[in-house]
Amino acid sequence: MSFWLNIKRVARYGLIGFIRNGFVSLSAVLIMTITLLVVSGLMISGAALNATLQQLTNKVDVNVYFITSASDAQITDMQKMLEALPEVASVSYLSREEALAQFRERHKNDQLTIQALDELSDNPLGASLEVRAKETSQYESIAKFLEAQQAQSTDVGGAIDKVNFYQNKTAIDRLTNIIDASKRLGAIIAVVLALATILISLNTVRLAIYTSRNEIGVMNIVGASRWYVRGPFMVAGVLYGVISGAIVLILLYPISLYISPALERFLGTFNAFSYYADNFPFLFLVVIGSGIALGALSSYIAVRRYLQN
Amino acid sequence: MIHYDKVTKIYNGGQHAVENITLNVDSGEFVSFVGHSGAGKSTLLKMLFAEVKPTEGAVYFSSRNVGTLSDRDLLQLRRKIGTIFQDFRLLPTKTIYENIAFALEVAGKDDEDIKADVPHVLELVGILDKMWSFPAELSGGEQQRVAIARAIVNQPDVLIADEPTGNLDPINTHDVVEILKKINDLGTTVLLATHNKSIVDFVGRRVVTMDRGRIIRDDKMGKYVL
Repeated sequence: MSFWLNIKRVARYGLIGFIRNGFVSLSAVLIMTITLLVVSGLMISGAALNATLQQLTNKVDVNVYFITSASDAQITDMQKMLEALPEVASVSYLSREEALAQFRERHKNDQLTIQALDELSDNPLGASLEVRAKETSQYESIAKFLEAQQAQSTDVGGAIDKVNFYQNKTAIDRLTNIIDASKRLGAIIAVVLALATILISLNTVRLAIYTSRNEIGVMNIVGASRWYVRGPFMVAGVLYGVISGAIVLILLYPISLYISPALERFLGTFNAFSYYADNFPFLFLVVIGSGIALGALSSYIAVRRYLQN
Repeated sequence: MIHYDKVTKIYNGGQHAVENITLNVDSGEFVSFVGHSGAGKSTLLKMLFAEVKPTEGAVYFSSRNVGTLSDRDLLQLRRKIGTIFQDFRLLPTKTIYENIAFALEVAGKDDEDIKADVPHVLELVGILDKMWSFPAELSGGEQQRVAIARAIVNQPDVLIADEPTGNLDPINTHDVVEILKKINDLGTTVLLATHNKSIVDFVGRRVVTMDRGRIIRDDKMGKYVL
């Protein structure tokens, strides 16, 4: 028998079965919609968590203050050495003049300080380097490196006035712990929720097919091959997945629009709606893809129970 | 054509459903298997298309051991055996047309043949007018006719009827047996399991009497004797 004829018949029976078992199909679609909503909700909250943690991480840095007599060459050397470290993400340079300008700006309402500053003949502020690490946990080793340079009184190290890491150490350590814990907790919650909803979906499809178990037995006895019996159920399973995936993608539009302002107020930079809009192709692939996979796999497993030789 | 060679079937509970049975059925025969419920009639018939596998011994169909067939060969075998059951076993979500068409599709018929064969066989069993109904909309007698139509549409070598009249009233019972006889007259081997005395006596062909898993009588032109 021609392969395509079989495919055509299997697809048609799948579609007919989906329509004629309307109530069963409806409940399977509803349950799978909830599953996929949870999956996409996990994706979006994962992205929100990452964005928030990233934002927090960006606020942390270590500053190296140089003595006022440090030469440009010493500072450039230090910048190069720091940039060569694998832990370092970026190093930015703040000159003496810029430091002074920033100081004046910060204290513009404080006449006494400005006056005192004006009394001085020379700029009392040294240049500084602002160092950002790739991970918050890496600041300690960067600070140790700077400390060693300072202690050895190398040409470059001798120009260092102070490193502000130890003043911020407690805050940085605490933030590192919070970030690690939230990532771990987030992953655990995601896995548990995803597993639970997938199992519920699987069970719903199994129940849907349980109502057809006698039918499967009859098809066996008539001499239908396994794939001919299994095919229509898998087609129906794929339909459950595609339809509920489409429902979820449509629902996410108003949902993300609605929660966006509140979420943004709470988390700062993360905007749920622009995440939805920017990542739509990715969301589409994941939601529809997992719908199809879940539907087809559940049907496959469910039918296998009732298929015999 | 069919040969049971010292066949024994012990179910999980440990009870012997069928015990050391040796039996031959020739092509074109009409054999009635009679006996009380639990005598082993159904088990014996189900072993022919490997829905039940023997614990000991072997069942041969056209000289091939049914128990050792590959999956593919088993499907081929099942397409050569039509089956009818007490509970009809139609596909409830398919129309009568689709129920019959399914058996033809499985056998690899193309759509043109199916369109021609289905009405033909439905006419043969007398329910052409129900072609677009669903099984639940039909009476028991009508459903059993559909089951017969499905069983014979592929022109099988053997037709197995396992208590086909168990759920039918006397008039439908008589009609179903008439159809079975007609099918047998056209050359198909018919194996009928029943405990209905009147239909066995009406058929008047070979009768195999079973009791507690054993054959206790085998009469060429038998009557229901228990």
